[in-house]
Amino acid sequence: MIRTSGLTKRFGSITAVDHVDLDVREGDVYGFLGANGSGKTTTVRMLLGLVLATRGTAELLGRPMPAAAREVLPFVGSLVEGPAAYPQLSGRANLALFDRMGTGGVRATRSTRVGDALDRVGLGGVDGRPVRAYSLGMRQRLGLASALLRAPRLLVLDEPTNGLDPQGIRDIRALLLELNRAGTTVFVSSHLLAEIEQMCTRVGVLHRGRLVLQEQLADLQRPTGRVLLGTPDAERAIALLDGHVEHRDGDRLVVRAADAAELAVRLVGAGVRVAELRPERHTLESVVLEATGAGSDDFSATAAPTGPDRGGRG
Amino acid sequence: MIRVELSKLLRSRRTWVTIGLVDALPTLVAVLLALTDLGPRPGTGPAFLSAVMTDGTLFPLAALAIVLPLFLPLVVAITAGEAIAGEAQQGTLRYLLVRPVGRARLLLAKLVSVMAFVALTVVVVGATAYVVGALLLGDEQLTTGATSVSGTSLTTPELVARTLLALAYAMLSMLGVAAIALFLSTVVRSPLAAALGTMGILISSTLLLTLDAADSFRAFLPTRYWLAFVDLFRDPIFWRDLERGVLLQAAYVVVFLAAAWANFATKDITD
Repeated sequence: MIRTSGLTKRFGSITAVDHVDLDVREGDVYGFLGANGSGKTTTVRMLLGLVLATRGTAELLGRPMPAAAREVLPFVGSLVEGPAAYPQLSGRANLALFDRMGTGGVRATRSTRVGDALDRVGLGGVDGRPVRAYSLGMRQRLGLASALLRAPRLLVLDEPTNGLDPQGIRDIRALLLELNRAGTTVFVSSHLLAEIEQMCTRVGVLHRGRLVLQEQLADLQRPTGRVLLGTPDAERAIALLDGHVEHRDGDRLVVRAADAAELAVRLVGAGVRVAELRPERHTLESVVLEATGAGSDDFSATAAPTGPDRGGRG
Repeated sequence: MIRVELSKLLRSRRTWVTIGLVDALPTLVAVLLALTDLGPRPGTGPAFLSAVMTDGTLFPLAALAIVLPLFLPLVVAITAGEAIAGEAQQGTLRYLLVRPVGRARLLLAKLVSVMAFVALTVVVVGATAYVVGALLLGDEQLTTGATSVSGTSLTTPELVARTLLALAYAMLSMLGVAAIALFLSTVVRSPLAAALGTMGILISSTLLLTLDAADSFRAFLPTRYWLAFVDLFRDPIFWRDLERGVLLQAAYVVVFLAAAWANFATKDITD
């Protein structure tokens, strides 16, 4: 659905995006992760033909961008760096106006389409007040409604949950997953790890303009080969598992063991009480930190990469 | 897209407020003339203003001569200056372009919308002026028609034809302004800067016209032939300045629209 090759954008002497090779497949919920200023928005703008690449190519739905913008973009819904609307018009009037633009939707079904889009994002009951009087969350929902207007095959959403309250974030996440189940490929950019982790099937991490990681989320969250054990009999457990205990914090132990079930049998067989036992997995956070080193808005003179924090929060 | 822009124009309250304001000045002039009965002496003041004291139905022309040098260009500069920069500042430009609306098409739609606005303004000003002139000002309606600037009389059909020509000429002059403002609107980020930049160019042009030292390029200044539409009401019509004015405005339109297109078509939309 999205494929870029060597995509590069320079603004003067600054390289905002540097040889990015994105690969978003049909049916993905793709999380495009990166700190503020890492080049996410510029990449999104290049995908949509708003910013022209200095070098490299981008394909949307198998067609080159921006050359095929006219054929491709009607099937793409997008939210780029915050929503925008005509402030003096109501949300409904705004959507109707956007629907008329470009190739234009069928007139007879316009009001149904607008109504459906508003319903989907939870603005179905909104009154005729102008967008000027909307809250940030309502504007964000309206922007999403505008992206959904033409039942797109691909959604490209830049920070879609910005400005929403926790309930709103949950609504939007549920909506995107529902659309995905119905066949829409979703490309979401965010600087929030948790958001990506809860929603996405594939993750790409952008750091200082470079794509440092691109993988299935499930593969990233593979087991670390260690088990977290909580037991009131910590001393006995250490004695039993001689040498395999890597770390102790009160009655919580980190044990090097390939199979948690086997470990459980062994502990219980020896009469060690087990309060908690689970295999440790890599977290998105630990993987991302390892891949990126220092934060991209960290401009300290000696930008030495910080040591990778392997343990994460377990 | 053209229809979308036109409906945006007509639905905007600002459109009508602006037209009302532009319309207010000639109406005020008419009221003052009617109350004081103090017309400018023939040959002084804005064109046609002395003639309306005798024939109020000539007032639309006088009204046009009042709004053309300053108000109309100001309105055009603001509206066309806002065309792209305003959408960009509002954030809606990127959503227009990903609809997708082609960039050249968007420029064209904006230009058409600006010219529709000018036409609407001219029509409203003309209609109001006709009503006000007929009601308040001189009613010595000459059944044979009006008097030309040269002193001979014009028949009504002649007068109507020449008035339409004058309107077309004024519209072309405004198209030149719109082209400049539209170009600036694709260059700068702020709609205000585009509008003021355009006004700056027009004011510089007007100033340089009065300067003998600028004689060598006077003929190429954008405002040089703006008021040449008065020549349409001479008998016979004095075509020289009108022809030059048409050519000059056409050149400005072509050059600045081409520049606007060239700049906008390859521009990175980052706001």
